Amino acid sequence: MRLDILNHGYGPRTKLLFALIRLFSGHPVPDAAKLVFYRPDFYGARAKAFTHEAMRGPSAWSVGDRELMAAYVSKVNESAFCVGAHTATARQAYQDGPRVAAVLADLESAPVAEPLRATLRMLGKLTREGKVGAEDMREVLAAGVSPQQVQDALAVCAAFNTTDRLADAFGFELLSPEGFEAGAKHLLKRGYR
Amino acid sequence: MPDEDKKRAHRALVDRVLNGEGRAPAEQRARAFGNDGLSPPLDALIGKVADRPAQVTEADLAAAKASGCTEDQLFELVICAAVGQSARLYEAGLAALAEATVKGRPDHAT
Repeated sequence: MRLDILNHGYGPRTKLLFALIRLFSGHPVPDAAKLVFYRPDFYGARAKAFTHEAMRGPSAWSVGDRELMAAYVSKVNESAFCVGAHTATARQAYQDGPRVAAVLADLESAPVAEPLRATLRMLGKLTREGKVGAEDMREVLAAGVSPQQVQDALAVCAAFNTTDRLADAFGFELLSPEGFEAGAKHLLKRGYR
Repeated sequence: MPDEDKKRAHRALVDRVLNGEGRAPAEQRARAFGNDGLSPPLDALIGKVADRPAQVTEADLAAAKASGCTEDQLFELVICAAVGQSARLYEAGLAALAEATVKGRPDHAT
């Protein structure tokens, strides 16, 4: 990462933890995980709590749907690390790689249900343009999405617009395909806490 | 209500990075959060984090460091910029939804 403190600024206990993770997973600790261990009282602890709530808390959206939203928002932000991580996680959650790839390649022609498509379209516009209007929301609601689902999707969007920016600004190193798969497995088993 | 949990968790994050203890002064963190009122070269870095994060370079961070920012201060200011931009998106989305659901109800038609 681009700040030395994020590569080397950890205490002995955290360093030991990183070594154990490396040993048991067979992969280096992803930069996304390292970041939340650096001075966790400033950012990591609350960021994890919010992200976990958005991604794994109660919602009418499935975990796969929310991981796909995370991947899609990251694609709009061109955040390569987060696209890789959440494409892999959505793929594993859905057990359907082609569908995830199709959404990221062309949302309009992808084989997904209309409520999810309309929601992704709105999240894409919000992320890209920084704003959406009541008319955009009416289109999402007309596609059969409940107001609560819109709120849940906006929480996912908020969490990943933060993470994407940090991944790019701090320069998270991309993982190997195997590394992303292992990370996805962990996120599905343990979530973001 | 589950959604209140999400909003509460988000508010806790925003409140901490803005108002909690930090190595960068709270006023500077607020400026990074708002992407407003920072002086060069920090304004360029923070502006990119907010609006074009994929274009942040090593040189942007190096310039900020050369101007006297410590790495811990940059850690905080970059986080504030990221959390600030996404908080604005979250608020904009929730406001648009509120408008759509109020005006969309036939019983609110005049």
